[in-house]
Amino acid sequence: MRPDEVTNMAHGNAAAGHGDHHRPPKGVMRWLTTTNHKDIGTMYLVFSLAMFLIGGVMALLIRAELFQPGLQLVDPGFYNQLTTVHALVMVFGAVMPATVGLANWMIPLQIGAADMALPRMNLFSFWLLFFAFVLLISTFFVPGGAPAAGWTLYPPLVLQTGNAFPMAIFAIHLMGASSIMGAINVIVTIVNMRAPGMTLLKMPLFSWSWLITAYLLIAVMPVFAGGVTMLLTDYYFHTSFFNAAGGGDPVLFQHVFWFFGHPEVYIMILPAFGIVSEIIPTFSRKPIFGYEAMVYAIASIAFLSFIVWAHHMFTVGMPLAGQLFFTLSTMLIAVPTGVKVFNWTTTMWRGSLSFEPPMLFALAFLFLFTIGGFSGLMLAIVPADFQYHDTYFVVAHFHYVLVPGAVFGIMAAVYYWLPKWTGHMYDMNIAKWHFWLTAIFVNVLFFPQHFLGLAGMQRRIPDYPTQFTDWNMVSSIGGFGFGLSQLLFVWLIIRCVKGGQRATAGVWDWPHGLEWTVPSPAPYHTFEKSPELH
Amino acid sequence: MAAPPRKSNGGLVGRLVLMTAGSFAFGFALVPLYDVFCDVTGIGTRAQLSRAAAPDTSAPDMSRVVTVEFTASVPDSGPWEFAPAVASMEVHPGRLYEARYTAHNLAGRDTTGQAVPSITPLRAAQYFRKTECFCFTPQHFERDEQRDLLVRFIVDRDLPPGIDRLTLSYAFYDVTRLAGGKG
Repeated sequence: MRPDEVTNMAHGNAAAGHGDHHRPPKGVMRWLTTTNHKDIGTMYLVFSLAMFLIGGVMALLIRAELFQPGLQLVDPGFYNQLTTVHALVMVFGAVMPATVGLANWMIPLQIGAADMALPRMNLFSFWLLFFAFVLLISTFFVPGGAPAAGWTLYPPLVLQTGNAFPMAIFAIHLMGASSIMGAINVIVTIVNMRAPGMTLLKMPLFSWSWLITAYLLIAVMPVFAGGVTMLLTDYYFHTSFFNAAGGGDPVLFQHVFWFFGHPEVYIMILPAFGIVSEIIPTFSRKPIFGYEAMVYAIASIAFLSFIVWAHHMFTVGMPLAGQLFFTLSTMLIAVPTGVKVFNWTTTMWRGSLSFEPPMLFALAFLFLFTIGGFSGLMLAIVPADFQYHDTYFVVAHFHYVLVPGAVFGIMAAVYYWLPKWTGHMYDMNIAKWHFWLTAIFVNVLFFPQHFLGLAGMQRRIPDYPTQFTDWNMVSSIGGFGFGLSQLLFVWLIIRCVKGGQRATAGVWDWPHGLEWTVPSPAPYHTFEKSPELH
Repeated sequence: MAAPPRKSNGGLVGRLVLMTAGSFAFGFALVPLYDVFCDVTGIGTRAQLSRAAAPDTSAPDMSRVVTVEFTASVPDSGPWEFAPAVASMEVHPGRLYEARYTAHNLAGRDTTGQAVPSITPLRAAQYFRKTECFCFTPQHFERDEQRDLLVRFIVDRDLPPGIDRLTLSYAFYDVTRLAGGKG
């Protein structure tokens, strides 16, 4: 069976009616004590939006400093703190929690479960994350300032961090624990709580992508926790994991870090793959092309992510055999990724397309993520990488896969499911303005960085030679345009929560999947009685 | 409630927690694995460079000349003078040579230093053999003490033909606070 057969498989009583007999407590206590997957999903999403804006302000400070050569606004030390914390906030505070929030909201609705399997742990992992970021962001106010060695935390540089050092390490431990608990929750929910009749290969692709993401999280977050623990003991207990004087090796940290770090980039992008796989069929009015191939492609990408890590560190030196292995294994990832891109495209082939905001973001994802994928292939080539390493070309590459990649995927998901969450349609005009401004400015912001990188501009430097001025100005203008456009997004969400035209249960013209069988807004309790699939 | 009989979550959670613990342990297992990997593949590591070797010196290859350059650095160790006696030597593979470095402790206190060697290019590292080196053990210096440090080395005759120049570099670290542990 294919997911399209899921379209009409649930029937009316699934959710409505008797859903509301446990009213949540009023006011702030609701949010402190809730174990409801929808409340926790909402908290994750709001938290992630707040982090997106905080990280965005840091990015704008960076772009303001880079608007012209010379040092204008911030001193170089603070600049390095900004780049470091911007990355940590966006990766661990914005993108990952947003996908966790979507998982909380949508996985139970997609698989016909009443809630997540481990609701109290769910709440605990949210608050761990919250305090992790309180701890991390408060490092700006301690002597020595925030960590400034880059989000990769390479020793020996990171060991020069001031009082912020243990705070940053513990913040990473907390956010790691939080995401591992979230991952365990997703796996247990999907494995144990699917509605009768929903076999794994009938499960919607968003849930599939999260199942695989969750396994990745469990496999690599603890390795990262181990790596930063070694940094901590090197700093305080005179161990020598990374200290050459005592027989250690700083390059070891890079191996440990990227063994985590490469799967981490797939942890951020796989849920976006899942989202796009939901949206493109809906607005093409056709089932996804090659459902099983999509599942196997995600699984292959996840597997390959474990054997490519050293392509991040070609320049530390490695034997030719190592360079060849990591180049070729990296390029191999293009095969399953290509399967996905072609299947999305084929899904649209002869479809009856319409361009509502979720579809616009999904299409922009498709084009722009692919650009980021291609520049990744260029970086996989060792001799080219020697030139591109630590330049703005790398910055352009990973921002293309993360901003118009992961972030557009998340925005598409918000536009797709927001009426289901709030019960109101949002203002389509604002949404389209938001889309077009965002899609144009994101390219104005990041595309010139390719040119800067190829011309030799280094990353993580607050000043630059004057020949780089023009493209930096363009990029900064794009950055401010992009940043300000997001205020439209915030405004649209607030308005949609407050009111608007009532949304129907199906919301869209060709809804398919269990989440569209419950009323909008989704009642506080859904699927207390398992839906029947046929 | 008409919910279907739920499968036990406990067992699955237990297995997943075990997987998490396994991954954490694997992170630490990477430390010895890293050294083992470098040893097996012969990538230029300290493990190899910091060990005394007893290579065959009976038949030096007098037809071949390789330049060995010497450099020194003092990362983070404060006011030390540490430098090679000569900048470079021309050597024949398979023959034993001797080079000297001079170190002068200007730190104003007793200090223990540890020199960490490295060889460029990396793939030459496994062909550079030391029979004796000050880098094998930590070196204790009295306040203001100055002395010569000795290294005896052989460039292996199997050095790949493309390599005609090696750089031996020593980074000299202050390990006074680590010295207790390292002896």
